[in-house]
Amino acid sequence: MLQVNDIHTYYGHIHALKGITFYVSQGEIVTLIGANGAGKSTTLNTISGILKPRTGSVLLEGAPIHTKPAHKVTGLGVCQAPEGRKIFARLTVRENLEMGAYTRKDKAAIQEDMERVLELFPRLGERLHQPGGTLSGGEQQMLAIGRALMSRPRLLLLDEPSMGLAPLLVEQIFRIIQDINKQGTTILLVEQNAQMALAIAHRGYVLETGMIALEGTAKELREDPQVRAAYLGAT
Amino acid sequence: MEATTSKKLSNRSRFNLGSIASMLVAVVVGAFIVWRVGLVITTKHYPMSLWGLQLANGLVLGGVYALLALGYTLVYGILFMINFAHGDVMMIGAYAGFFSLQWLKSQGLVETQPVFSLLFVLFVGMIVAMIVGIVLERLAYRPLRHAPRLVPLISAIGASIFLEQAALRIFGPKLRVYTKPPLIQGGWDIGSTGIFVTRTGVLIMVMSLLMMIGLYVMIQYTKVGKAMRAVAEDQQTAALMGVDVDQVIVFTFALGSFLGGAAGVMLGFHNGQVDFMVGFIPGLKAFTAAVLGGIGNVPGAMFGGVFLGLAESLGPTALGIPSQYKDVIAFSLLVLVLIFRPTGLLGEILSEKKA
Ligand SMILES: Nc1ncnc2c1ncn2[C@@H]1O[C@H](COP(=O)(O)OP(=O)(O)O)[C@@H](O)[C@H]1O
Ligand SMILES: [Mg+2]
Repeated sequence: MLQVNDIHTYYGHIHALKGITFYVSQGEIVTLIGANGAGKSTTLNTISGILKPRTGSVLLEGAPIHTKPAHKVTGLGVCQAPEGRKIFARLTVRENLEMGAYTRKDKAAIQEDMERVLELFPRLGERLHQPGGTLSGGEQQMLAIGRALMSRPRLLLLDEPSMGLAPLLVEQIFRIIQDINKQGTTILLVEQNAQMALAIAHRGYVLETGMIALEGTAKELREDPQVRAAYLGAT
Repeated sequence: MEATTSKKLSNRSRFNLGSIASMLVAVVVGAFIVWRVGLVITTKHYPMSLWGLQLANGLVLGGVYALLALGYTLVYGILFMINFAHGDVMMIGAYAGFFSLQWLKSQGLVETQPVFSLLFVLFVGMIVAMIVGIVLERLAYRPLRHAPRLVPLISAIGASIFLEQAALRIFGPKLRVYTKPPLIQGGWDIGSTGIFVTRTGVLIMVMSLLMMIGLYVMIQYTKVGKAMRAVAEDQQTAALMGVDVDQVIVFTFALGSFLGGAAGVMLGFHNGQVDFMVGFIPGLKAFTAAVLGGIGNVPGAMFGGVFLGLAESLGPTALGIPSQYKDVIAFSLLVLVLIFRPTGLLGEILSEKKA
């Protein structure tokens, strides 16, 4: 479904991605793990069209999307829940969700998806008319994921959904991510919490300083001695 | 160690000096106002009709300022840029209204189709101003979108001078007389209070109120309004949600200029004349109004506009000073608000993002 071919992305002179290649197949959860500054968010933003790769390509179902602006990429069914949640603080919870459906015109189906999102995250339902900025961190993460789901994405990009959340809440959110996947949405999950990510992913890639250091099935990565030492805290 | 203490000390004393200075300003201004108002109340017994007239006049002026202030505030809310050319966009709208009025007159339509004529003049003024606003964004601001914040500000001042000079060359330096169509000539006495309201004034108040309500509803409830608010908060995330940010920015300029064009035509009718500098002072006043209400804050701009209009019309009488000093009052208000409440009387909604 998604094919990323040898992308090089720069911030001015900073060479942030040094040739990243990977793919995501229909129905999978694929995780990108790596330390802070490895280039995970840069990769997602390059896919989303916020950043342009200097060389390399990003193909969605075989068609290039790296030449398209971000809002067009969303229209094609790739939506991101960005790092730090980035809730619109002064828009209400409902308005935030409606912003997720911005590219869509099918009113009835949008209403259905709204109901589905509120079923996934009942706590949002209780706060529909509150400004997004008044939600707790966990609720904001739920809202960020729900907002992205409102675009009815074929591919959902999640950037560190566990960041700053209590372990119990992380577990809950990861279970929901798994549910979303089971209902048919393909997911590319970026995480520093390798333990949790590898527990729900089918396959994974380890990013180090803008390059892919390792790749494999989640099981292979969980058992890899290097990964265990560096990312899973094993001794 | 010693160095840090002395630095702290000097910081603190400077802070104290600053707050003492602003206290002093507050006391002086407060005392002046109390003294003058007291003097007026005890020595001059102005009739109610005078106050009533000035109240009405203030509301009319306030409506125009509010419409114009919305243009500053809408653009600031999204781009954090003060569009100093906005007053001149209004001026172009006023000229467009003037020429369409001339044309209607030459066709004899002003007499036969009075309501249509009025709406047509307003419409032409608004559309032309809107086009100028869109072109301005494209040529003067968009190329500087990622430049430091001072740069588009300078571009705005350049655009303002350009528009004034272009109008001077094209339309000439002479005052154009904006003759009122019969529909808005004259006015009404309110009972036996001695208060007289002009039809133009009523038209301006009604139109600006309708437009403000329309704008508020649009921003609050429509899809494009939500997109504007989302873009104002976070352009990148809005783009991730599928919002075409450039399009929303153009729309915002178009909307602000559209309202500015209406203000231009109304001011033309109100003052009965237009020239190439007609946007300058009202532009500054509307900027003041936007700051009074809290720049970036839409209801604030409406409030600030009406507040400033009232302060200007009632102020000189209340303080017992000649009405020529109304500009002094307006800009003193600007300075005072900038000193004591830089976020505006209603608070700058967007301050957290700007910080
Ligand atoms: N806006 C930016 N400007 C310059 N450099 C950046 C910017 N954002 C990220 N970088 C650099 O790019 C590299 C990758 O960052 P990022 O993709 O955010 O990493 P991760 O998401 O894996 O923590 C880092 O070295 C970071 O310092
Ligand atoms: Mg990151």
